[in-house]
Order: sequence, then C-alpha cells, then structure tokens
Amino acid sequence: MYSTNYHRASSVDEAVALIAKGSDAKFLAGGHTLLPVMKQRLAAPGDLVDIAKIPALIGIEASGDTLTIKAATTYYDIMHNADVKRMIPAIAHLTSVLGDPAVRYRGTIGGSVATNDPAADYPAAILALNATVKTNKREIPADQFFKGLFMTALEDNEMITAISFPVPEKAGYAKMRNPASRFALTGVFVAKLKSGEIRAAATGASQDGVMRVPVIEDALKANWSASALDGIKVSDDGLIEDIHGTSDYRANLIKVMAQRAVQAAG
Amino acid sequence: MSKVSLTVNGKLVTADVEDRTLLVHLLRDHLGLTGTHVGCDTSQCGCCVVHIDGRAVKSCTTLVGQVDGADITTIEGISKGDELHPMQAAFRDNHGLQCGYCTPGMIMSAIDIVHRYGGNLDEETVRHELEGNICRCTGYHNIVKSVLDAASRMNVAQAAE
Ligand SMILES: Cc1cc2nc3c(=O)[nH]c(=O)nc-3n(C[C@H](O)[C@H](O)[C@H](O)COP(=O)(O)OP(=O)(O)OC[C@H]3O[C@@H](n4cnc5c(N)ncnc54)[C@H](O)[C@@H]3O)c2cc1C
Ligand code: FES
Ligand code: FES
Repeated sequence: MYSTNYHRASSVDEAVALIAKGSDAKFLAGGHTLLPVMKQRLAAPGDLVDIAKIPALIGIEASGDTLTIKAATTYYDIMHNADVKRMIPAIAHLTSVLGDPAVRYRGTIGGSVATNDPAADYPAAILALNATVKTNKREIPADQFFKGLFMTALEDNEMITAISFPVPEKAGYAKMRNPASRFALTGVFVAKLKSGEIRAAATGASQDGVMRVPVIEDALKANWSASALDGIKVSDDGLIEDIHGTSDYRANLIKVMAQRAVQAAG
Repeated sequence: MSKVSLTVNGKLVTADVEDRTLLVHLLRDHLGLTGTHVGCDTSQCGCCVVHIDGRAVKSCTTLVGQVDGADITTIEGISKGDELHPMQAAFRDNHGLQCGYCTPGMIMSAIDIVHRYGGNLDEETVRHELEGNICRCTGYHNIVKSVLDAASRMNVAQAAE
C-alpha cells in the first residue's frame, strides 16, 4: 500500500470539508473494497476520510411506507434489524448471502452502492425497488444512479448519506454465488411495488453492471408467478463471458434466478 | 505517522506508526503477536481474523486508525494461562487442524459464531458461517466437528457460571 493520511470524521460536514482539503482524497467506510484495492496499489488516495463512525450516517428508520437505511450502516446491522426483516425481508436475505461474516461486520450499504461493482448485490435491490439514493447534495432516483461498470451519478467528493426504499407489496432475491469470491455469478431481484409497477434487476450478468430485465418484467406483469417465466428467453447480448461462465449460461441464470426470486417473494 | 492507542488482549498499547499500517502488521511486527496470520492479499482467506470490540473481523483489511481506541482480542488472548479455550481444546481433540496455518483465524471466527448462535448451531449453519475462512488441508469436516463440539462445551461452561 502506498503512503496515505488517515482522518476520522465525526460529522458529515467535517468529512466533506476534509475531503475537499485532501489530496486525491477518498471516503473510507467499511474499507472492504477500498483497502484491498489500495493493498494491490491500484488506488493511492493521499488522504482517507473515515466516515464509519459518524452518528448521522448510522441507523435504520421506518416511517409509513418507506424504509431508510443510512449509508454507514453495516451489513450485519442491516440483516439483523427488525424493521428490515418485517418491511423488506428480501433485503435481509440478500444481506445474509453477501460476502462472509467478517465482511458483513464491516461493509456498508453506502460503500457498496458507491462502488457499483458489476457483481455486487445491493445495486440489484436498489434498482428493482426503485429506491432513492440520498447524498449530502441531492436525491438521485435509482434509474439515474447506476451508470455502468463501477460508474455512478456521484460527483467528486459527493457523499451518500442514506438509501430510501419504498416498501413493496412483494419482493425476492436469488443469487448464484461464485463459490470462490461469493459475489454474484448472477443475482436477480424482483419486486411488485405498491404502485402496481413490476421491476426486475440483474447483477453479475451484464458487462455494464446492474441492469433491469424488461422481458422478465413484462412476463411478470401479465402473470406474477415463476411459471410465467418458463417460456421466456433472455438475450445474451452484452452479458459477461469469463472463466466462470459463458454469456449464454448467464442469460439462462437470469431466468432461473428470477424464477427463484419470485418463489421467494411468494 | 500517527499515534494510536488500543487495548490488545487486555493490555493498553500505544504505537507511533504510519497511517497505512494494517492492524495485522501492528500485531505481528510491532507487538510480536505472530499467532495472527496472513494467508492472502485479497481479503478472502480469514487467517487474519481477530476480535475488534467483540466482532470477528479481518485484521488485514483494517487500518490501525480505524481501531484507535478499540478493544482487540487475538488468538494469544483467549486461553486462561495454560488452560486452553474450549474452542482450542475442541480443535485439538477433534483433529481440527493439520498444518495449523488457518487455525488462529478459524478459532477466532468460530468463537464469534458460538457467541452469536449459542445453542442453536447445526452443521449447515457452521459451514455457512465459516465461508470467510479457507483451509487448504483438512477438507473442513473436522473443523466443523470441532466447532460443534466446542459449542456444546462453551454452552455447558456458560450454564455453569
Ligand atoms: C471477501 C469479500 C467478499 C465480498 N463479497 C461480496 C458479495 O458477495 N457481494 C457484494 O455486494 N459485495 C461483496 N464484497 C464487497 C463488500 O460488499 C464491500 O464492503 C463493499 O463493496 C464496499 O463497502 P465498504 O463500506 O467496505 O466501502 P469502502 O471499501 O470503505 O469504500 C468503497 C468505495 O466507496 C466510497 N464510499 C464509501 N462510502 C461512501 C459514501 N457514503 N458516499 C460516497 N462514497 C463512499 C469509498 O470512497 C470507496 O471509493 C466482498 C468483499 C470482500 C472483501
Ligand atoms: S490475510 Fe487473507 S483475509 Fe486477511
Ligand atoms: S490446517 Fe492447514 S490450512 Fe487449515
């Protein structure tokens, strides 16, 4: 790891001021993406601003039909939270199959969403549930947030403060895990929103990162059931092809994971 | 350089180290606690697991600044003098190790698992919960046996307290 300067911020304002002052500065949350990348010398921030202990960034709020998870809340705290389990159990399940227990103690939803790894789990939930990403500057709807591989709508030094999820009528997530890394070889999140809208998002499959899957959405709109997807064919255009699986295999996985997700959603 | 102070195995430690220092390097190189191992550079193997404020975390993926003020327990801190921790004893009795390289991390993760699940542990849960710890030798069967055995010993010990 190259040399760096570590700062621990105690408020959002202090963190934003430190980031603006720093040289090539980066926020540090759980550190479970950034530190491995720094150890490989693929990133070399001159300053790190630790936001993991800022009280305003930690916690979960349930109000009416909205569940808000603050950015620096850890996976462990999300999967064990009573409101998450009651209001959107699919998020609790998704979190319980993300990484391993040590990763779940440290990793944060904000860090995961800011990274937008093409095989990460939360982006699928955020896109399928039509969640809103809140930052220190604005609110960004899910459809405008993810911009391709490791790319998001975040500007330099913009901080995610929370993610707000509308509580759906039904939602489910199913993931084929890469047995070595435990990231999604392909994962699909399906949701029937209270507005009646039906959305499905796949992660781990596309070369452009998380994406919605219109053929699945259309089939589920006509008939919300796993068997409604029996006859559909997902195109393998633009899907990832690597040592773990062909693009054709991933196209089929999208369908199979979607069926399992619908079953889980009930 | 920054000054950090933390509690390691019950003792207050202060150190002047570069900000890029990882917790595992503070433990091994500065404090001589070489029981905590490094088995990979991708945060995947779990050889480096220690307890930070009671949670089993990878010390290779933690900067010292992040644990300033924290309470750390390493493999060196779990026995009572010559009396092994029940998890250590169970690994010995069930042949839960061969080369031993993964063992400190396995034991620290396993103790955390028993703390979280208490008496509700079964084989499937142990296997799922040990996903962050890789062993190149044993094939895991005896590790799982060791954890289940230790879980009943630890629960008996707790009930007796
Ligand atoms: C062994 C292993 C297995 C894993 N398996 C999975 C898996 O199965 N599924 C999965 O989804 N992920 C997985 N991950 C990744 C894990 O989820 C990371 O924790 C996550 O990607 C990053 O979150 P973090 O809090 O650790 O962020 P950090 O590493 O601290 O930061 C990551 C990036 O986000 C930025 N950032 C952090 N917080 C904010 C914020 N609030 N606002 C703006 N920018 C911010 C940082 O500046 C940095 O660029 C795995 C990681 C490991 C080490
Ligand atoms: S050394 Fe491999 S996970 Fe820490
Ligand atoms: S006993 Fe050798 S790596 Fe596990």
